[in-house]
Amino acid sequence: MEPRPLFEIRDLVVEFSTARAIVRAVHGVSLEVARGECLAVVGESGSGKSQLFLGSLGLLAAGGVARGSVLFDGREVLGGDGAARREVLGTRLSFVFQDPMNTLTPHLAVGRQLAEVVLDRGLMGPDAARARSIQVLRSVRMPEPESRLRHYPHELSGGQRQRVAIAMALMTDPELLVADEPTTALDVTVQAQVIEVLREARDRGLALVLITHDLGVVAGIADRVAVMYAGRVVECAPVRELFAATAHPYTAALLATVPRLDAPPDRRLKGVEGQPPSPGADVPGCAFAPRCPRVVPRCWEERPALQSLGGRSVACHAPLPASAESGRSGGEEP
Amino acid sequence: MSVPMLQIRGLRVRFPVRGARLAATRRWLTAVDAVDLEVADGQAVGIVGESGCGKSTLARAILGLEAPADGSIEWRGTRVHRNDGAALRSLRREVQVVFQDPVGSLDPRMTVGESVTEALEALAGRQAGDAGAARVGATLEEVGLDPSLVKRYPHELSGGQCQRVAIARAIVARPKLLICDEAVSALDVSVQAQIVNLLDELRARHGMALLFISHNLAVVRHLCEEILVMYLGRVVERAPRESIFAAPRHPYTRALLAAVPVPDPVVAAARPRDPLRAASDSGLPSPMGCAFAPRCGAADDMCRSSIPPLEEVRAREFAACHHWRALAPSASPDSRRRAT
Amino acid sequence: MAGSTPASATTEGGLWGDAGQRLRSNRLVVAASIAIALLVVTALFGPWLSPWRLDQVDWSLNPLATAPSLSNAHWFGTDGNGRDLFVRVWQGTRVSLLVALLATAVSVVIGVAWGATAGYLGGRTDGWMMRFVDVLYALPYMFFVIILTVVFGRSLWLIFLAIGAVGWLTMARIVRGQALALRRREFVTAAVTLGLPAHRIISRHIVPNVLGTVIVYATLTVPQVILFESFLSFLGLGVQEPLTSLGRLVAEGALEMETAPWQLLVPAAVLATLLLALNFLGDGLRDALDPRQR
Repeated sequence: MEPRPLFEIRDLVVEFSTARAIVRAVHGVSLEVARGECLAVVGESGSGKSQLFLGSLGLLAAGGVARGSVLFDGREVLGGDGAARREVLGTRLSFVFQDPMNTLTPHLAVGRQLAEVVLDRGLMGPDAARARSIQVLRSVRMPEPESRLRHYPHELSGGQRQRVAIAMALMTDPELLVADEPTTALDVTVQAQVIEVLREARDRGLALVLITHDLGVVAGIADRVAVMYAGRVVECAPVRELFAATAHPYTAALLATVPRLDAPPDRRLKGVEGQPPSPGADVPGCAFAPRCPRVVPRCWEERPALQSLGGRSVACHAPLPASAESGRSGGEEP
Repeated sequence: MSVPMLQIRGLRVRFPVRGARLAATRRWLTAVDAVDLEVADGQAVGIVGESGCGKSTLARAILGLEAPADGSIEWRGTRVHRNDGAALRSLRREVQVVFQDPVGSLDPRMTVGESVTEALEALAGRQAGDAGAARVGATLEEVGLDPSLVKRYPHELSGGQCQRVAIARAIVARPKLLICDEAVSALDVSVQAQIVNLLDELRARHGMALLFISHNLAVVRHLCEEILVMYLGRVVERAPRESIFAAPRHPYTRALLAAVPVPDPVVAAARPRDPLRAASDSGLPSPMGCAFAPRCGAADDMCRSSIPPLEEVRAREFAACHHWRALAPSASPDSRRRAT
Repeated sequence: MAGSTPASATTEGGLWGDAGQRLRSNRLVVAASIAIALLVVTALFGPWLSPWRLDQVDWSLNPLATAPSLSNAHWFGTDGNGRDLFVRVWQGTRVSLLVALLATAVSVVIGVAWGATAGYLGGRTDGWMMRFVDVLYALPYMFFVIILTVVFGRSLWLIFLAIGAVGWLTMARIVRGQALALRRREFVTAAVTLGLPAHRIISRHIVPNVLGTVIVYATLTVPQVILFESFLSFLGLGVQEPLTSLGRLVAEGALEMETAPWQLLVPAAVLATLLLALNFLGDGLRDALDPRQR
């Protein structure tokens, strides 16, 4: 009997009411994260990956509504009166937003912002808060943490700001950290640093949800990967299997777009032709059909359901044949 | 050898640093330091480096947006001064740019059609209404956009579409050189691939030269024949594509290669888990020595006390490192390896 | 770019149509617009409904100042000189609106041109241009107007010129701030690399992007101007007889407050309604024209 998952989303639907219509960004998604596991949620812009987690934690923008069930350590946090959610969010479950310049308050020093996380909740006194801030800054590889406390966000580089944002999320020693595109807009070298910081935190026992559009970043840190397209999960598998034996054509196409240093340089980078459907546009068949190289007539009429098979699941009528080779050729067209 | 279209020699661009102390002498931040660069007709050159290495400043200097403190910029053999309006105008007619932020580089109050038409009129002179509109429509199709998007506003389009509009605006007057300043960095990886392919196609079709600036070596690799690596304003390595990836000489180049994410969990797990220390975490380099010394695993006193010159390692390959001979040339990116 | 909340497509009318739609859905704005429209229409056509003329004295009244009544067609009553107040109030509304609109137009044109140019050019030019604005700001405005009035007499055109000549200062400051921020945006850099001269960039890229703020501020300026004109009239510096303005009527009515309250209440009510509606409209416009809808 497997232990209960730490974080569980069941049939989550996220809708936005705009002036014109109701737009559904997430169509009934279910996911779970085990303790100490890193789940990567991958998809292009508009796939609903961010809205999925914002919705599950009650962080949607105005006009957004989330329905479904979200359990943290067995307790319902989405429904009900929100007391459970308020208790969990910010203490046992932390969220790191995409743009650190927006997360950090420009006119407050870093040390103050870090300490506020624990002081506001009455979790510890000012001295303990300061000590904890230094400890946490050290854990995100920030050199000279004591002097950093006095700095303001604009005095830090982009990578340092992102690490401070992660540090803020780690102040309460959470059990789960949800990071929304933490490496976007950062240089590759800084990306590597930030991923390393997250990886070290994971090694210390933190469960991690990494939301990103970059499969290359995922390979180095994720235990399991869920791929989303047009508001639904299309594939979910342990990381090695996802790369080595890719099942869904969209995942394969995404993999092929990551520029690889070991592929011959004059071969054209594979793009995924066309565009993802705009959020809310719902079709009867598979949403990926217009762009899929393996499309069959059934794909246009019947939406494939997510089928589980031995620890992984795929939603496709014509999945790629299981390949025993390593991931290098996983992106090739059959 | 024909005269290269763009020739930059010893370019230096400095910005005054506003110090808190009034009495202190004027301090300067040298964003671009003694850079040489050549782009031949139809050639694709890549400039790679992290934020702050001066690559964007270099692009701005070429476009006449920054005044160089030293050095020269020559376009088709003629020296271009920022103050020389006529020379600058003729340069701008043939050199255009695509910026990093796809949405921000378009006027939010102008439709797609209006933005591209403005470029056409400004660069190619007055065009008759219909002929101009036809040209705009054709250009939009060329960059992979449906011409019916002409009436749309930037906020209605996705990032990838906006960037295509920006590219359309840049190529509508058929420039001879297109500068791409981190043109794909703000896009999803899947869209990056589309745009990179598009740029390659356009280059082939129009015989356009390309100066592609990026922080990701892997992206540059697909587009550019020759690659320059910049660090804190200086060129630290310059080589043809094959050499730079097969045998990087400079420790920084190796570190950049090591940082490129590999979409293969087996390989990723086997990589050494100590990425290059962030520039912002390392100390300030000594002005006397190699700028990369504080972060370099192989730095010694010589590195800290004298600036390494850009030396020719092999034909057409240059590296600015005192120890390039000692460091074994290998494709395996490890900045600390020394040859025994 | 991560996905954000879904952006809605713009309507057929483009950005302005989009704003129009948002305005229409704001009930307070709709009510305010209807009120203003009614006031304007009545001001234009109302006096024709009445048999009385602007400066016609009704000698049949005793005393000359009478309360509103339906019987003698003095629906708002008469003033101290026996002139019909209904006609005078709407005539005054016309004048007040005219002065306000013209003065605002003057300050918009001068203020936008000045501010956009200063903000875009930046550096020393900006410094000198805004210092000029600062100096003008420091001038004692009232003395300025009084001197002008004394020298040139009390003509209607002078009034709005004087008001407009000062109103543009704040507009210039606001526009300059916007232009400074816009200057750094990448699409302005893109325009520079196209080789566009400064005046084209200012007119095609800077000004359209500040128009939203300008319109909002202009709508809020109109009530200020009306009030200021009323203040001038209150001091006796406003429009000349037989023309009148809401301000004058209020001023005159205030003197008769105890004996003939309608002479104050009617113009004051019209003035207050007009100002309130304009303020609501300005608020609504600000919300509707905010480009950061998404």
